[in-house]
Amino acid sequence: MLNQIMQSRLRGVMLLGLILIFLPAFFANPFHYELAIQVGIVAATVVGLNLLVGFAGQISLGHAGFFGLGAYFSGIATGTYGWSSIPALVAGAIAVGVVAWIVGRPILRLKGHYLSMATLAVGFIIAIILENERALTGGPDGMSVPPLEVFGWQLSTFGRYSLFGLEISGVQAWYMVAGVLLVIATWFALNIIESPIGRALRSLKGSEVAAGVVGVNTTKYKSLVFVVSAVYASIMGGIYAHFQGFITPDLASFDFSIVLITMVVIGGMGSTFGVILGAVVIELLPQALADFQELEMAMFGLILMVTMIFMPKGLLPTLNSVVPNITRKKAAEVRHDSTG
Amino acid sequence: MVRRIGKYAAAVATGLMMLSAQASEPIKIGSFVSATGPASFLGDPELKTLEMYVEKINDEGGVLGRDLELVHYDDGGSASSARNFASRLIRSDQVDIIVGGSTTGTTMAAVPLIQQARIPFISMAGAVKITTPVKKWVFKTPQSDRMAAERILRDMKDRGITKIGLISGTGGFGSSGRAQTLEAAEQMGVEVLADVTYGGSDTDMTAQLTDIRNTEGVEAVLNFGFGQGPAIVTRNYADLGMELPFYQSHGVASDSFLDLAGSSAEGLRLPASPLLVPDSLPEGDPQKEVVQDYKAEYEAHYDSKVSTFGAYAYDGLNLAVRAIEKAGSTDPEAVRKALENIEGYVGVTGEFNMSPDDHNGLNVDSFRILEVQNGKWTLIN
Repeated sequence: MLNQIMQSRLRGVMLLGLILIFLPAFFANPFHYELAIQVGIVAATVVGLNLLVGFAGQISLGHAGFFGLGAYFSGIATGTYGWSSIPALVAGAIAVGVVAWIVGRPILRLKGHYLSMATLAVGFIIAIILENERALTGGPDGMSVPPLEVFGWQLSTFGRYSLFGLEISGVQAWYMVAGVLLVIATWFALNIIESPIGRALRSLKGSEVAAGVVGVNTTKYKSLVFVVSAVYASIMGGIYAHFQGFITPDLASFDFSIVLITMVVIGGMGSTFGVILGAVVIELLPQALADFQELEMAMFGLILMVTMIFMPKGLLPTLNSVVPNITRKKAAEVRHDSTG
Repeated sequence: MVRRIGKYAAAVATGLMMLSAQASEPIKIGSFVSATGPASFLGDPELKTLEMYVEKINDEGGVLGRDLELVHYDDGGSASSARNFASRLIRSDQVDIIVGGSTTGTTMAAVPLIQQARIPFISMAGAVKITTPVKKWVFKTPQSDRMAAERILRDMKDRGITKIGLISGTGGFGSSGRAQTLEAAEQMGVEVLADVTYGGSDTDMTAQLTDIRNTEGVEAVLNFGFGQGPAIVTRNYADLGMELPFYQSHGVASDSFLDLAGSSAEGLRLPASPLLVPDSLPEGDPQKEVVQDYKAEYEAHYDSKVSTFGAYAYDGLNLAVRAIEKAGSTDPEAVRKALENIEGYVGVTGEFNMSPDDHNGLNVDSFRILEVQNGKWTLIN
């Protein structure tokens, strides 16, 4: 059944929407909302990264750099120059897209480890710039960012708002924003995947040489998907900056790039709903394990290791093929679908 | 399934808690510190201090007849997890006051949230921007880098030095220190003739020091930096045979710096907490007893050397306890008001006199000037 739902992209998005609508029933306090908001923002970023990593098969180890750039662009534009949030997000996305295109053209000619190293360097350079441009970014100590402003509303997690006559709290409003963004991000990604571009990307992952031979302009599609995933990261970075209210160059750090890649791998490379699950797991584990104190990191590592050993394809693709197997239903077909 | 087990566990736990403390609920002190990660040298002694003194206060009967309960999380030095844990403390654990924030980054990440949540917060991080401008709910226990700069410059002026060379690290601590030094120097009429920097992973600063040496008129050299950079500067300084008075910042005021710099540290001066020289404080110094007690208790309990960073937590916890006692309740506004009006609390770091305009409460004199003599810290008066 899970499989049938996933077959249609519209139904997949609808299922995601339903889950998001009913999820708050399990929230006991505003902190749970905050976690959910954060997971939503990061998940949308990872959905974008998955286009590059999971579909086009290009590893980026510097993706947090674009996230950080987006965050700082929004922070500086709204905080220092008094822009409104939405224009800042759009301008930031365009700027980051251009940066990604400029650096992407040369480095996407590289393959395998060389590409990873080049993206790694891009991430580092961005982090160093954010750290050293003290006058603009506040340096390593970070800078504060004003709350998100949508059509004249200041969206603060401690505010109270009325929507269609309903009284809602700040975290609930934020939860709606994050939820809607995640649904849009997912819907957009699924559409790219099902379009000719998506097929070209998958052919790239299969074999770049073969793709080139059958007439796919590999460089063009690689830079295109690189730019798209960078724009995803930039927009979500900007949203994250508004949500957090304070940003540090940590956002662009190598560590965070690795976290993002881990989410893709754990959730299931190339599975859009899988990487969302990956984001949920990786974001929530530290909170769930916080009570173990010294053992926290060890437990975290152990869980990741066990997952990768027993579920090498990632959480959702493995579940997807295991669940129908148990009910003895069209196992072969499922395996085929789960890669798509 | 897991959820259900969690619920049962929570029910049992609350049940047990209600049995043990039926008369009164504990006062919840929340804390997020960088107990692991790159800033663990700050967070680790802070957490140890908090744990030890919460236990001690409870053994002595608690506060307002209620026990203290410490709820703490490790942010690993990351600003975003610091914010998450601050949110968890406020919204899920519903603590009464927060003593935490090992670094300026983690502190500032939590500040917007804390300001909106209206919970008193005592930070253990250094930068001057935490309490300047004053934020209603935010307090801090360490002196700022501005005070360190002023204290150093004052000592220089006492020695008749008015023209200096400045060498600083480009990291957060060094560059903030450099900015504060330049500002303070201008106000105090000290001229900074040379102003050079070095990167965090540089292994030789001879070139920068030679620059300073070749600058006409420099009477003393000040190094503002953190980590191993200052130790390298100190060694290079000795290797070059520079004879000018040499100052370091409070960032390296620890015994491990002496180990790193070795004999080349001889004769340098820096501003530091009296905790480094507990026994040479003169009789009648108000801090002497507090400092000696803290050192003795910490070292007996943990079998490791006391650090000035742990002292920030000691002062933070004691200020919190004092404020709650004075307020007579844990009402956030009452506690905040009480904190703001604390006067004459003698802590390990210094004597705190808070006011609505000053949420740090320390003055420049809380820094003692120490000189390295025969490989040991010596108090200079």
